[in-house]
Amino acid sequence: MTATPPTASPSSRKTDWMGDAMQRRIARRYAAERRFKFLGLAAVAVSSLFLAFLLVVMVGNGAKGFVTTEATLTIDLPAATGSISPDQLTGPQLSATMASIDVRRIFDQAVQAQYGEDGARYFASTAWTALRDQLVENPNLVMGETSFWLPTSSDIDRAAKDRSTPEAERDYAALTKAGEVRQSFNMQFLTGSDGTDPARVGIWGALKGSLITMVVTLFLAFPVGVLAAVYLEEYAPKNRFTDLIEVSINNLAAVPSIIFGLLGLAVFLQFLSMPRSAALVGGLTLALMTMPVIVIAARNAIKAVPPSIREAAMGVGASPIQVVFHHVLPLAIPGIMTGTIIGMARALGETAPLLMIGMRAFTTTPPDGLTDPATVLPVQIFLWSDEVNRGFVEKTSAAIIVLLVFLLTMNAIAVYLRNRFETRW
Amino acid sequence: MLDNLASATTKPKMSARDVRVFYGPKEAIKGVSIDIDMDNVVAFIGPSGCGKSTFLRTLNRMNDTIPIARVEGDITLDGENIYSSSMDVVQLRARVGMVFQKPNPFPKSIYDNVAYGPRIHGLAPNKAELDQIVENSLVRAGLWNEVKDRLQDSGTALSGGQQQRLCIARAIAVDPEVILMDEPCSALDPIATAKIEELIHELRGRYAIVIVTHNMQQAARVSQKTAFFHLGTMVEYGDTSDIFTNPREERTRDYITGRYG
Repeated sequence: MTATPPTASPSSRKTDWMGDAMQRRIARRYAAERRFKFLGLAAVAVSSLFLAFLLVVMVGNGAKGFVTTEATLTIDLPAATGSISPDQLTGPQLSATMASIDVRRIFDQAVQAQYGEDGARYFASTAWTALRDQLVENPNLVMGETSFWLPTSSDIDRAAKDRSTPEAERDYAALTKAGEVRQSFNMQFLTGSDGTDPARVGIWGALKGSLITMVVTLFLAFPVGVLAAVYLEEYAPKNRFTDLIEVSINNLAAVPSIIFGLLGLAVFLQFLSMPRSAALVGGLTLALMTMPVIVIAARNAIKAVPPSIREAAMGVGASPIQVVFHHVLPLAIPGIMTGTIIGMARALGETAPLLMIGMRAFTTTPPDGLTDPATVLPVQIFLWSDEVNRGFVEKTSAAIIVLLVFLLTMNAIAVYLRNRFETRW
Repeated sequence: MLDNLASATTKPKMSARDVRVFYGPKEAIKGVSIDIDMDNVVAFIGPSGCGKSTFLRTLNRMNDTIPIARVEGDITLDGENIYSSSMDVVQLRARVGMVFQKPNPFPKSIYDNVAYGPRIHGLAPNKAELDQIVENSLVRAGLWNEVKDRLQDSGTALSGGQQQRLCIARAIAVDPEVILMDEPCSALDPIATAKIEELIHELRGRYAIVIVTHNMQQAARVSQKTAFFHLGTMVEYGDTSDIFTNPREERTRDYITGRYG
């Protein structure tokens, strides 16, 4: 028994809406609301600040990675090559010609002639490959004397952009005075692959590797994940065994990604003897990791389809598979795609499991197929961030920008598709 | 009461014998036997939770979707047991159509809502015939004049009453033999309700119709036969006029006169 109330019983007492106690209560309620609003706003502001900081730093550092510093080199090609014809630099004769004329030697001689005995310090150690590429691209150049723009050494490049060693600063000043240096857009960065010289490395190899890996992941994880979700939601009996499967899938989604890398190493490389470093194996491993996320998202989306729609379909005599494919899945697709976007974004940014299956290989050519040695963007970023050469710092930032742009593009496409599938109620 | 005399001599469309439904250990329907014929609209009345909707849903095996539900007894359609293994449940639900309590059109166009059933059952060999089926169904559901100019609009954009008539059109598009209606007017205003009731009058004779309702005036208006359910049993089944004016059972009289329920 509770004690008897000191005043009148609640039923007979009249509520005093205008009284002080009530007014204070109302004031407290508004204060709580204002506090909550402020906290929410502060949280949004802080996260925006972090994001802005990240973007400014990344774009500030990375933008330089898209610019290259070049110096001129004038070469009298007919004299240097012994007057070869442009035809010899095309088609099947190309490799034989290249072997005979030795572009590297021509380059070294020209540098010494123009810049003196140790003029090689002005140019990147792989600048001769740029010369070779330009010749192959435009064979008519061998007909006469041409000024080539070739990448400078990493030290001079940094002197042009920021600050470098005193010697490099001096060399850069001398080059600038002679008008023999310029900065231009670094096409090589977008079309090339990994290398040892930061002046000549590119992101295309890693970008293509990421693309192939993502395609493999999507084509495996999406159908398998969605079908598994449909089966578990619509067909599977509810018993202890399916409960166990459900718990396992939920746990699988939380397993650290490097474990999936070990799994991929054990199953795909050792047991199934698939090629090391291949985008196929990377895609398979990431699919293992992404599938549980898609299964969970798809099950929730399927569960959220109102039962009245299922009943309506069954009521006109639709078979279970018709109910699923005509009604449940179309309504669940937006939710399934949201989960897929999250899973794929995570897979795209994943480094650790791919290191385990050898996708950190040094690959200087872009992969041409599923089984070619490949690397992916985050691994490339990881590798470059580890390089001793200072020139790789801006390349790392530039690669991060490329990764973010790739991610945003992928998400934008997915969101667009999701909105197209969304049914208006 | 010529209808009743006629029905006494014709074979029932559907008949249930000693039907029991269990939800797990709980017995929700405790031995119900009833005959449903083509000529009469049958109304199921009774207080909430008395099992009338559960019983209705056994008639086209919608309870199959509830894993813990179990049905005992015999229910036949044209003399064939609908729970036998030879009965195809998909076909059964096409022959015994259903209209639900809440209007539940598909989030598709009005046309596709009605055309869906005929499409999956292959009832129309070409587009022209499908158009004809859609038009006939909408005309019979009394909706044609309101929607004929906007068949491609979403079915969910219609008003509640129109949605329910769309659902009826959808049900009759597959040319069923029996239509089960589970409180079809409970979410509708009186004008929409009147339209549905009028529709039920017009559909009578062409389809065997069973309607579950909470509204006793509605049962009196639309049905020729009424079954009163209470606590999982069917207390009384007879001509609607008899049930409402001269019930045999005490419990029926108490419910009709509003003493409980």
